[in-house]
Amino acid sequence: MMMTQKDAMTVLASHRGERIVVTTMTAAGIWPSVSQSPTLDFVLLPSAMGHAPSLGHGLALAQPQRGVIVVNGDGCTLMSLGNLVTLANHPANLFIVVMDNGLYEVTGGQTTAGAGRTDFAGLARAAGIGRTYKFETLEAWQKGAAEAVSGTGPALIWLKVEGRHGQKTPKAPWPMKEQVARLRQALNAG
Amino acid sequence: MFDGPSVVKALQECGITHVIWLPDSAIGAWEKALTTAPGLTLVRVCREGEAFALAAGLYLGGKKPIVFLQCTGLFEAGDSLRNVVYDMKLPIFFLAGVRNYYAHQEGKTLDSCPVFTEPIMQAWKIQYKLLDEKNTPADMVAAYRQAQAENRPGAVLLAERDL
Repeated sequence: MMMTQKDAMTVLASHRGERIVVTTMTAAGIWPSVSQSPTLDFVLLPSAMGHAPSLGHGLALAQPQRGVIVVNGDGCTLMSLGNLVTLANHPANLFIVVMDNGLYEVTGGQTTAGAGRTDFAGLARAAGIGRTYKFETLEAWQKGAAEAVSGTGPALIWLKVEGRHGQKTPKAPWPMKEQVARLRQALNAG
Repeated sequence: MFDGPSVVKALQECGITHVIWLPDSAIGAWEKALTTAPGLTLVRVCREGEAFALAAGLYLGGKKPIVFLQCTGLFEAGDSLRNVVYDMKLPIFFLAGVRNYYAHQEGKTLDSCPVFTEPIMQAWKIQYKLLDEKNTPADMVAAYRQAQAENRPGAVLLAERDL
């Protein structure tokens, strides 16, 4: 059975450890309801199109001992594929989780350019990221998550998830100013 | 005079930890100095929008990044710049090379880049200083320190000769 995004993120939440988790778009609307460590969560809303992995990359370069997980959509990933090459060239403790539903869900559910065709794990490997995973069912993700989200990145985890139509654009659960101050304080970043 | 060693010295005076760049011909000449400078990490990105988001992550994690790019990349990076500067309100600083600046001043080029660079900076409401051949990296240091003291984003535009 294909995973719902909430089920997929619930599994991820149980394996995130002390890592920073960056979410954006659809994931940003779901993650706060499953996360048990909001102090280390950063909801990138409002966002720039496709740039959550780059923000996570910068965090991971700055905080290599802690590590970072970025939960990104397939549409967001397609908007800035170059960041996979940048990550491979500057390896960091970053896990990119691609929630692939083939849709731009935050705009109501239009089909992405790569829907049902693009191999995100293959793109990551071709970019030079050697560690990739693909999970198509909740059962497989539950069994494989501990290994996939273990050790240090870079790694890309590709999850096939259910798409939803008619969704509204998610709102940030906390003001950005508060999030920036809270994360920098948690990281002793000044 | 801007060259690799003098730019590195300026960055070290500012305490910069990471240079995120996608260079042009003029800035690219600083590569050797930037890659060998103690305490500096050069991060090469594929597209300029990545650069501002990556700089934001480094800043959130406690580092002191700067972005180097060409004016063409500034145009491309607008959405990312907007997000970092206006949504996240981070004091990110960058240097953008203005290609064909002098040729444009003399009416000797059809290059549209120098036509739009300063209007774009003004549209984004980024405080900047244009540095020409009379300026030195010390002027970049001064602009950076002022932006940091005021906890705001800022930039310098580097006037460049013909390609």
